[in-house]
Amino acid sequence: MDSSWQVIIDALPLLLQGTLVTLKIVVISLIIAFVIGLISGLMSIAQNRLLRLISSFYVDLIRGTPLLVQVFFIYFGLPVFLDIRIPAETAGIIAISLNAGAYISEIFRAGINSINRGQGEAARSLGLSRYLTMRLVILPQATRRMLPAFVNQLIVTIKDTSLLSAIGITELTQSGEIIISSNFRAFEIWGVVGIFYLIIIYILSRVSRLLERRYAVR
Amino acid sequence: MIIVENLKKSFGSNEVLKDISTTIKEKEVVCVIGPSGSGKSTFLRCLNLLEDVTSGKVTIGDTEVTSPQTDIDQLRTNVGMVFQQFNLFPHLTVLDNIMLAPKYIKKMSKADNEKKSMELLAKVGLEQKRDAYPDQLSGGQQQRVAIARALAMNPNVMLFDEPTSALDPEMVGEVLQVMKDLAHEGITMVVVTHEMGFAREVADRVIFMDGGYIVEEGTPSHIFQNAQHERTQAFLGKVL
Repeated sequence: MDSSWQVIIDALPLLLQGTLVTLKIVVISLIIAFVIGLISGLMSIAQNRLLRLISSFYVDLIRGTPLLVQVFFIYFGLPVFLDIRIPAETAGIIAISLNAGAYISEIFRAGINSINRGQGEAARSLGLSRYLTMRLVILPQATRRMLPAFVNQLIVTIKDTSLLSAIGITELTQSGEIIISSNFRAFEIWGVVGIFYLIIIYILSRVSRLLERRYAVR
Repeated sequence: MIIVENLKKSFGSNEVLKDISTTIKEKEVVCVIGPSGSGKSTFLRCLNLLEDVTSGKVTIGDTEVTSPQTDIDQLRTNVGMVFQQFNLFPHLTVLDNIMLAPKYIKKMSKADNEKKSMELLAKVGLEQKRDAYPDQLSGGQQQRVAIARALAMNPNVMLFDEPTSALDPEMVGEVLQVMKDLAHEGITMVVVTHEMGFAREVADRVIFMDGGYIVEEGTPSHIFQNAQHERTQAFLGKVL
């Protein structure tokens, strides 16, 4: 039987490949989720009641159902209904984006609401439109306050992508499963997979600390 | 200049302004005094529609403020406002606070904008603070920057909402001095204040409000020495 070290060394190329897939899905999904979250967050504080309703329906729907069910629904359910084929990775990115988008929407809503009313009033009293007030005065201040919450969501999303192994995407977790199914060395491989997640998340949380200090709330 | 006709404002079932009518002439300095809860801040905030009015009509210059067709952003460039809590933008430097509105509304060139803004800073005596952030300034300095910012769009009217109420006593004087200078320049000013000394010295007219009504208005000497109304006398008796 190979030594534990040999097992780990042999597994590294596949696990690194899986890590890249995980990172790719996280980056693409979070960019989409950020846009969805910003739009939904702004809708949730709009004067128009219909916009607020749409946003809160979306957020409640996503928060009220497990991510795994959302993944299965998009990958297995929707294709049947729409009579199309969705590649696994696309389905995964859609599911993660929609899921993170709902939480980011709440982060935006809370961040914007945390800005003192007087800031908006001062900007409007100068003659700035609602749009410019949001863009130049409210959002720059709100995003700084939101930074820790964004980082938290980033970490959650990285870990959530492991659920995509359930639809056969060879991200980090699925790579581990594939290796174990051929060498049966569960202890070593799951240990290393866990350490890989730990390293990615540790690096990101360090970087975000630096960012937080650089963009300190004034 | 400013005409207010039968202005009423309710928050839910709470009627804060009950039928206010008055006229403020060009270049007039009007101080609004009265006990807290009398509606004086709400009255001021209705003039530039920071509060929607429930009914009545406000006209500033040729613009009917309360008409739904009015471009309210356009009107507000002509009506500067100074708040009790200063409300400077904390993420921008002093100079950027002042340059913000001219940059995005007037599309003023950076050089012109900076020159104009530095003149305004000089007027309030804070040129050396151009690159400071608001949290590095004292309350009095912040309020002087806020006045400069409100002047950046060249408004014809300035509204002051208790501009010295949040200040430590030793800083009240510097802010009142800037306001006095403005008054002498002949800008139309409406000042909600508890500073009776300022009202007496600088105002052309004093309005006394209580319970959502204008109870009495007149020259400072009329209000302070010769108030006719019992409620005015009772209020002044307490604050003077």
